[in-house]
This record gives sequence, C-alpha cells and structure tokens, in this order.
Amino acid sequence: MKKEVKNEKAKKYGMVIDLDKCTGCGACMVACMSENNVPFKEDESNKLDSIAWMRVYKLTNGKPFPEADICYLPRPCMHCEGHNGHAPCVSVCPATATDYNHETGIVSQIYTRCFGCRYCMVACPYHARYFNWWDPVWPEGMEKYLNPDVSPRMRGVVEKCSFCFHRYQTAMNKAYVEGRRKLEEDEYQTSCAQACPADAITFGDLNDPAHAVHQIAKPDLKHGGRSSNPNAFRLLERLGTNPKVYYLSSREWVRRAGDNYLKKDKTVKKLH
Amino acid sequence: MKIGRRSFLSFIIGGAAGTALSPLAWKSMDDSSIWSQNWPWTPVPADGEVSHVNSVCTLCPGGCGITVRKVDDRAVKIEGMKGHPVNDGGVCILGLSALQLLYGPTRVKAPLKRVGERGEEKWQEISWSEAVAEVAAKLGDLRSKGKSHTVCSILDSDKGTVPYLFGRLLTVYGSPNFIRTPSIQDSYELAINLMHGVQASAGFDVEHADFVLSFGSGLIDGWGSPVRMFKANSNWKDSGSKVVQIEPRLSNTAAKSDKWIPINPGTEVALAMGLAHVIIKESLYDSDFVNNYSSGFDKFKQLVLDKYNPDNVAQITGVDSSALVSLARNFAHASKPLAVCGRGQGKTQGSLDEFIAVHALNALVGNINSEGGVWAVPDPDYIKWPEVEMDSVAAVGMQKERIDGAGSETYPYARYLLNRFSGVVNSEEESPVNALFVAGANPLYTISDSKAVKEAFSKIPFVVSFSSYMDETAKNADLILPNHVFLERYEDVPMPVGLQKHVIGLSRPVVKPQFNTKHVGDVIILIAKALGGRIADAFPWDNYEACLEETLGDKWESIVENGFWSDPDFKVPASEEAFNTPSGKFEFIPANLKSPLDFSPVTIEGSDISYPLILVPYDSMRLANGFIGNPPFITKTVEDTVLKGKDVFVEINPKTAEEIGLIEGRYVDIRTPRGKAKVRVHLFDGIMPGIVALPRGLGHTAYDKYIAGKGINFNELIGPVEDPVSGFDAAWGIRARLTKV
Ligand code: SF4
Ligand code: SF4
Ligand code: SF4
Repeated sequence: MKKEVKNEKAKKYGMVIDLDKCTGCGACMVACMSENNVPFKEDESNKLDSIAWMRVYKLTNGKPFPEADICYLPRPCMHCEGHNGHAPCVSVCPATATDYNHETGIVSQIYTRCFGCRYCMVACPYHARYFNWWDPVWPEGMEKYLNPDVSPRMRGVVEKCSFCFHRYQTAMNKAYVEGRRKLEEDEYQTSCAQACPADAITFGDLNDPAHAVHQIAKPDLKHGGRSSNPNAFRLLERLGTNPKVYYLSSREWVRRAGDNYLKKDKTVKKLH
Repeated sequence: MKIGRRSFLSFIIGGAAGTALSPLAWKSMDDSSIWSQNWPWTPVPADGEVSHVNSVCTLCPGGCGITVRKVDDRAVKIEGMKGHPVNDGGVCILGLSALQLLYGPTRVKAPLKRVGERGEEKWQEISWSEAVAEVAAKLGDLRSKGKSHTVCSILDSDKGTVPYLFGRLLTVYGSPNFIRTPSIQDSYELAINLMHGVQASAGFDVEHADFVLSFGSGLIDGWGSPVRMFKANSNWKDSGSKVVQIEPRLSNTAAKSDKWIPINPGTEVALAMGLAHVIIKESLYDSDFVNNYSSGFDKFKQLVLDKYNPDNVAQITGVDSSALVSLARNFAHASKPLAVCGRGQGKTQGSLDEFIAVHALNALVGNINSEGGVWAVPDPDYIKWPEVEMDSVAAVGMQKERIDGAGSETYPYARYLLNRFSGVVNSEEESPVNALFVAGANPLYTISDSKAVKEAFSKIPFVVSFSSYMDETAKNADLILPNHVFLERYEDVPMPVGLQKHVIGLSRPVVKPQFNTKHVGDVIILIAKALGGRIADAFPWDNYEACLEETLGDKWESIVENGFWSDPDFKVPASEEAFNTPSGKFEFIPANLKSPLDFSPVTIEGSDISYPLILVPYDSMRLANGFIGNPPFITKTVEDTVLKGKDVFVEINPKTAEEIGLIEGRYVDIRTPRGKAKVRVHLFDGIMPGIVALPRGLGHTAYDKYIAGKGINFNELIGPVEDPVSGFDAAWGIRARLTKV
C-alpha cells in the first residue's frame, strides 16, 4: 500500500485568485464558514479574535481623490511548502499538530493534538491562523446545519483553512470505490472556489499541467514555485515561504502591495 | 452513523485487512484524527445519508438556482446550481447564509397575536384557524361598512402566483390597493412604457455588451441579479470589454471598472444629455434605428444641442468636457454599447428624467431590443386564471382611487407609490387605511423617513405580517401569520430581475417546515374561503400547491425536474413591431407625457448653510439591506472600518475631515433635516470632498442580537423627494452636518 503511494506522482494543491475579478463580496468567507463549521459571536468586529479561515482584505493605493484605488485580496491559508515542506508553522509546532502532507501539499491542523501554545500563529506571516478563545456556541436550532464532515473545534485550539481537506477525502474515497486512483479536476474543489460568484478563485493541482491552476500560475518548480506569469505574484514571496496561493492582478500597485502590505497592516502591529 | 474514536480505529483495521481498494488505508494518521475527533462539549453533527436538492433562492429578486446539500433531513450547505440560466454555479453571500435564517433564532414559530402594546413584543400564540378567522372577521366587517377599499397589501413583487393571489383577493374583495415595494424596476418600467408604449421589465443583455456605461449602478455591488452581474463582470475582464463607472464615490464597482469618472452627485442626468449632445452633433448615432424606428428625434436633438454642450455639462457635473467628449465617442464607437442607471443596488426609484435620458442614449446607439442591449421583456403569461366575478361591493371598491395616488390625475404614470404612503396616512386625522397586509417586505425598515413610516403604521388599526422572521414590520404588527421560509415551501419565482430571458424558477421544500408556519398562498386561499360568496368562488383551488401545479400546467413536470423553466425561443419583436406608442415608434420625447421633462438634476433636501455636507448611502454585498436582515455569517464579514462594536463609520474625504478637524475613528453627530445619529469617522480617499457616505443595511431594531442595535438605519436620516412627473422617490442623498461629540 505504502509503495503505491510513493509511485503516485505527488500532488500539490494550490489556488490562483484573480484580483481583477474579485469583487470583495465576501461570499468566499461565508462559503468557508458554512462548510467548515466556523462559529460566530454576537460581536465579530474585533478582527483579532474573529475566526475567518478565509479573510478578504481591502488594499488601498494610498493616493488622494480621485486617484484613489482599492483592491480586495482574499486570504486563505497559503499552505506554504517552504523548502521541502518546512512551512513556518510546521517547523515550530511542538505537538506536531500541524503537518505538511507531501502527497497533497496541504498543511494540516490536527485539533486533538493542538494544546494551544500558538507558536504557529506567531510564525505564520499571513495571519491565517486563529485561536479559539471560547467554545463555539450556536443559537438553539442552528447546530442543525453543521457539516458532519468537519468536527467543530473547542476552546484552546488553533484552527485555519484546510483547503477543505475533507472534500479531498470524500473525493478520494469515491474514486477508490470506483477503482480509480486519479481525481478529475472538478472532483475536488474547495468550498470558496466553488462558491465565488465572480469565478475569481481557481483551485487544482499545481503539478498537473492539465489543471487550470498550473496553466495560469505557471509555477517554476526549480525556483521555489515562482510564477512565470507577469501578472501573478504570491504574498511576501521574498520570505521564501513558497506559498501555494497565487494572485493575479493587472495593476502594478496591487502586485507591489502583495509583497509588503502586511507590514503596513494594522493588525500586525497590534499582534506583535 | 456516529463513529466514536474507538470504533473508528477498529474500522480502519478492519478496512485495511479487507479489500485492497479500500480508501481507508490511504488516510494518514493526520486525516483520521481530523476526522474522528470530537469533544463531548462541542456539538457533534450527526452523520447520515447525503442528498442534494435543487431549488431557487428568494432572498433577493435575483432568482438564483441553488443546490442544497442535505444530511438525512438536515440542510447543511447551500451551493449555487450548476447550469442554471441565472447564476450557473455561483451563489452570493446572502444565499450562502440562508440556513442561518432557516434554523436561526429570528424565526416566528407560530401564528402570533399581539397582546401588549404595538412593538412591545408581547404575543399570544394562536391556532391557524383562529388566525384565519380573525382576519376574515376583520375583512368582512370592513366590507360590510363599505370600506373594502381601505384594505391595503404591500409585497416585494407583483409577479408570480403568490402576488397574483394577493391581487386577486384584493380585487374580488374590493380594493385597488396592491402596492409593490419601490425599486428601479418602477422607473425602468415607466421609461419603457413611455418610450416603447409597452408594459414590460427592462432586461439587459450584459453578457454580450462590450462597453458598459454605468451611471452609478453597483454592477458588482448587488445591482440587478447579483451573481449574474458578477459573472458578466468577470467575462468582461476576459473579453476585454470596457466598463466606465460614473459616481462620486469609489465603490467596488468603480474600483473594478476600467475607468472611474467621479461626478457631482445627482447630476448624472445632465451627463447623459451631454453625451447625447456629442453623439448627435458628431453624427455618431445609429441612423438606421433613429431614422426608421424612432420619433421625436428632432425635438430631442434640438433640446440637447441647445442646452447640453460639453462646457455647460462640465459646469453642472464637474466632469471635464474633454473627458465627456471622448467618453461619448468611445461609447458610440463600441460595437455593443450599453448604458445602465439606478444607483447602487437600485433600491430607490430615482428620477424619471434620468432613466429617460439614459434610455435615450441606448436608443441613439441602436441597442434597443438587440444583442448586448436593453430589452423590453413582457412578463411570461403563464398565469391564466379565469377573470374574477366581482359583486357590487367589489365593483364599487375597485373604482376608488388608490391610497398611494398611483394612477390618479396627479400621478397618472406610476403604478405603485409606496414612498407616498406614510405621507398620505399621516396627513389625515383618521387613517385612510384600515387594514394592512405585508408579505415579503419590511417597509418599517426599508422605506425612507422611518419616523414617518412608523407613525403611519401606528395609525393603521389592523396590521398583519406574513413574515417568517421577527423583522421590524412583524414586530409592530397586530397579527403575524408566519410564512414558510423559501427552503420549506413551493413557489414560482418568475423573471429574475434584469434578465432578458423568460425564466421561471421553482422554490421547493428542501426540508419540512421547522415550525408551525403556513404557506402564505394557503393562508390567502383560506381567508378567501372564509369570506365566502364571490370571493370564495374566485379561489377554486383546494390549496396553494394545487393552484401552483394547475397554473404551471404542462411546465410543471419540467420545472420540478430541473428546478426552473426557461423559454429557449424567447425573443422580443423586431423594431418594426416592438413599439406601441402613438407614433408606433420608439419615442425620444414620449407623446404620452402631458408635460415635457426638463432633465434637470434633482435637488435634495436641506439648505447648504445649515447642512454644509451631502450624505449619500452606499450598498454593499456584505450588508443585506432589503426585507431580509443580515444573518450572523454576513455580519461577521463586515469590515471594522464599517462597523466596530455597535458603531457605524461615516466615510469622509481626509481633506473635508481636516477642514472640520476630524480624525480617523472620531465620534461625531450626523444631522440631516430628517434625523440624527452618533457615528464614527472613517477617512476614505475614494470619496469626493464635501460628501459623506453611510452604508445601508445596519441599524436594525428587530431580528436577533447578531444584527439588532448595530449602527444606524440610513432611512432614519433621509426622506423621499418626489419626482415631479412620476411621483417616484427621486432622492439620492440629503444634506448633512457633522459635529464633534
Ligand atoms: S467570493 Fe470571489 S469575488 Fe467574492 S470576495 Fe471572495 S474571491 Fe472575491
Ligand atoms: S479552501 Fe476551504 S478551508 Fe480554505 S478558505 Fe477556502 S473554503 Fe475555507
Ligand atoms: S443573488 Fe439574490 S437570489 Fe442569488 S443567491 Fe444571492 S440573495 Fe439569493
């Protein structure tokens, strides 16, 4: 069994988000919350404790009226490969509660192992990780919509975007039952990519030349996955985190902001 | 099947020893721990059989197809329906949150009768038969006193079987007072009615347009059918089509457009006329259409040439005259140009002049009823019920003038004028409305000048709400007869707004009713039967479902099978036959208008001395501002520069802020001639100096703790400004003042 796994060409799931198309509507955020049983509180306006595996940031070009411009940037977990799977968070977790899966390229989060030290949150340069300060509470009756494929989390653990890993499992189970080893591109899609009404999010296997993400991102695997598409960029590319989420923008200021916007972001200052 | 940790582990072992094709050996330890963990103190969603149901979302007029994922009898996820002619797989943030409405704490769980004061929220649960009897008794009483015409219904739509049932009941009972809630549909219908001579909705072939000129329409902020517009916008990016956005604030639509042209607010009509000036002067118009299928062109030409030269227009609009000229040329030279209007999400009607001017632009470039253009789409005529037979009371009642004045001598063109409703009720000692029914609408929240609307409601002796949720109107009603949520009921959803095709969607019960609610269609039929006589005769159906099935006739099977019905052969008539005006042609200057339009910008309320700033609303997909309030998930996505704690932020240009000494986050009082509120300041470079903006969709006083009490309802700060010709609400803003607190 193990041998077969090794023979299988490793997959590297990733995402391309077209910021020219993204409308900032926030549907991806809710698609994620509803798929992944993300809880909510009476007041979610303190964004430091507001759990959003997918968060849409608003970037501004800083110019005065009428040269002002804005652009939205949806931020899931980047599922960094780093060098050979050494994602920033994976390296620091003392409990091996977060791990880099070499078969899929997905960075996992195992809530039962997590004991809440939050090193990973500090290590993640994208603020993709959230801490459960409270146990989740659903108003009476609302727990009916919870998705059985994803376990609700408890107080004291860290959670983040999983690239909807349970959907991968479901798709693989189905493929295996049908005697197949390979998933079609549309068999495994994340909830956010599926929901995005602007079709701004493309998801698939970056290693598979037939997949749209590969064709758009054109990752140069010899150079840490850097894209050879002139409109593409990754967040904080120069940190060497080797993220698997690529962004597209035809606007230069947006592409530039991608490499340093977090430095200017207020939440960063507050966190550190 | 619930799998505890222990049984799960043995399950793996069993699996691995079994078939070689078992997927389970594939699972790494990580996966199984993610999958199997549970804590006794967090809910464990029960596993079960997965199924999918296709239906239609009715939370906005967009009419998107949805696919609901179910686990046993629970609905767990809403997804966009692939292959649906409106949204093809996409879904908006509100549709995605619908399960929070279905299972949420805001549901009205049984028929309720008020026992305390209005709005005090003291209710007594009553049975459905009591509820129906109570309504029928009230209606019977009014009728016997010759007051049938003082009964009034407010609905969000006038299309489809449910609005038709309401209309039918009112007619055979004897009241002309069916009122649809206002939106740009009113203005588009009227513009088309006057210029084409037909009763139709505006359909926009956005998929084929290659140059979209938007006069402040929030193309990707929820205008039209939102998901469809998002998709069109993405297609424009792929195909290189251009979008020019004209508005004083950098909305998301403006930011994503190819060119944003800031304009003095409210002067869009002048810009449209200025563009027409250039197009006519430079002979860039479609001469085939203009010469053969239009009338009044010479008069129109004279008007724009006399009054709207680019320099004049630049003065009024603040748009540079050379920019105007090049915009006009680019628009006219595009192969499929399309001009649209209706600010933001189009929730207020706007001025008729503006719609006529913008529609005239479309006619000049010859894109009326053609590919990539604006179509006059008649309602699909599938509802073919026999004419009602009125008794003498009904006949007398139907002759009475409408409460809102629509169709009267003063307002001959309008069909519905809900904006006038509270003014009329409040101007009389005794309310001219004795009973009010509200369904699929929340006028106490959505109609401007909330204070006046509230006063009017408090004067009406009998208010019945059919809302599924405890919204503002329900909370202040005498009786709530809760409808099923759309995920629990059948209903036809015809004519997704802005579509240039005939599509009828079908909402269907995805789950069984969660509470003691009843389909509003059934309730209407029951009320009619209880009233007896000719009224009962007009409702021969046993129940709503029978009525719906019979109405859809041979479409029923395919609509049940596919979730929607669409007419593949739908076409609008060619220009030879399309117009039913006195001239039989498209009329640039509508002959049916008694007084000529003057195309001047609408003056808003307030003096610039006491109110030096201009307040405008803005619409966001992240703040539902129609009859549905934000479910918790959506409120969670609202930025902390829009809402922080309970405070809403007013957007202001840093320059203006500096002039009044305001800094980011500062608390201020905002005052308008209609109201005041405490808000915080957010500096935004994307807004024109001198203008401030507040979002719509906040300031709820009903629903649940996740949305109530946060921010301010924009409608408390603004009142209607009557369009002189149509009577529509033409207000696009109101003058305002900020003072530090
Ligand atoms: S759903 Fe799509 S368009 Fe909306 S914010 Fe997310 S990525 Fe952008
Ligand atoms: S990939 Fe899945 S988990 Fe990640 S942001 Fe999208 S919906 Fe959420
Ligand atoms: S756009 Fe309207 S109809 Fe479509 S999913 Fe959203 S709320 Fe529902």
